[in-house]
Amino acid sequence: MPTIGVVTHDLLLFLATFLASGVEAVEALTIVLAVGVVRGWRSPLIGVAAAAVVLAVIVAVLGPALRLLPIDTLRLVVGALLLVFGLQWLRKAILRSSGYKALHDEGAAFAAEREQATRVGRGAPTGMDWYSFTVAFKGVLLEGLEIVFIVVTFGAAQARVAFAAAAALTAVALVVVAGIAVRSPLERVPENTIKFAVGLLLTSFGIFWGGEGAGVNWPGSEAAILAILAFLSLLSFALVRQLRRQRHAALPAGAGA
Amino acid sequence: MTYLRAFAAFWWDFIVGDDWRVAAGVAAGLAITAFLAHRDLAAWWVLPTTVALVLTVSLRHSTRRDG
Repeated sequence: MPTIGVVTHDLLLFLATFLASGVEAVEALTIVLAVGVVRGWRSPLIGVAAAAVVLAVIVAVLGPALRLLPIDTLRLVVGALLLVFGLQWLRKAILRSSGYKALHDEGAAFAAEREQATRVGRGAPTGMDWYSFTVAFKGVLLEGLEIVFIVVTFGAAQARVAFAAAAALTAVALVVVAGIAVRSPLERVPENTIKFAVGLLLTSFGIFWGGEGAGVNWPGSEAAILAILAFLSLLSFALVRQLRRQRHAALPAGAGA
Repeated sequence: MTYLRAFAAFWWDFIVGDDWRVAAGVAAGLAITAFLAHRDLAAWWVLPTTVALVLTVSLRHSTRRDG
């Protein structure tokens, strides 16, 4: 039984890191594509490379540093961070699913970014385009920070930074290859559903590790994570249904028809 | 000073997000869990219950505010 629990734990850890990284990479890709298509590729690609170096340095420094903490303290800190972070994702996903928040639309984000890139003036044609560099650098760094956060916390709590990093890099590589292939934003990726799944997984791991760090002995050991995930899924489903009903009831008569 | 404020605001937004009640609830849930666990009392139920409460309260607040 413990083996099944450990395998499940690893599988869920890989899945959470892979999905979270994939969805963040899709958003970063949209920004880079919009700038590159309008203003040329050299400067945004240098911005992407610079952001990737900064992110790699953060992982290389933070990963080993966190592992210096005693394991219970580490799990308490990581659990608390994952809980707060995961609940942010889950809260937004529930608001989107119930209609209280607009669904994320890569096509619209691409169009807005492209329009902005077209309006901004250019510098010397042969020099560095600092607008493109900055937009690409900032986009990749901000979206990448979420990936780094997940890789470092997951990896440190399980002492498997390399495993979590491999899951993240696999997802990013897939998104980049798909982006190069289609040369347009990846609108068909079911981002909102993926974000819901990531919110559930991050919150589940947050409860599990936060509890362990605080001194809990989970019934069923590692397999308890599946029960937590099932509980959160049911809770979220119920909340979405309740909020949909609430929203429908608040609409003027005939507006929802 | 402006840079420091912007830096702090970025991390506050990154970690805490839109609703501080979520972070406060999580901190309270972890404290109660540690309190019970260190007295050899069953504490595994505290965090799932906390998450259910915090999520419900935060969503109710958000949907009432946004209409």
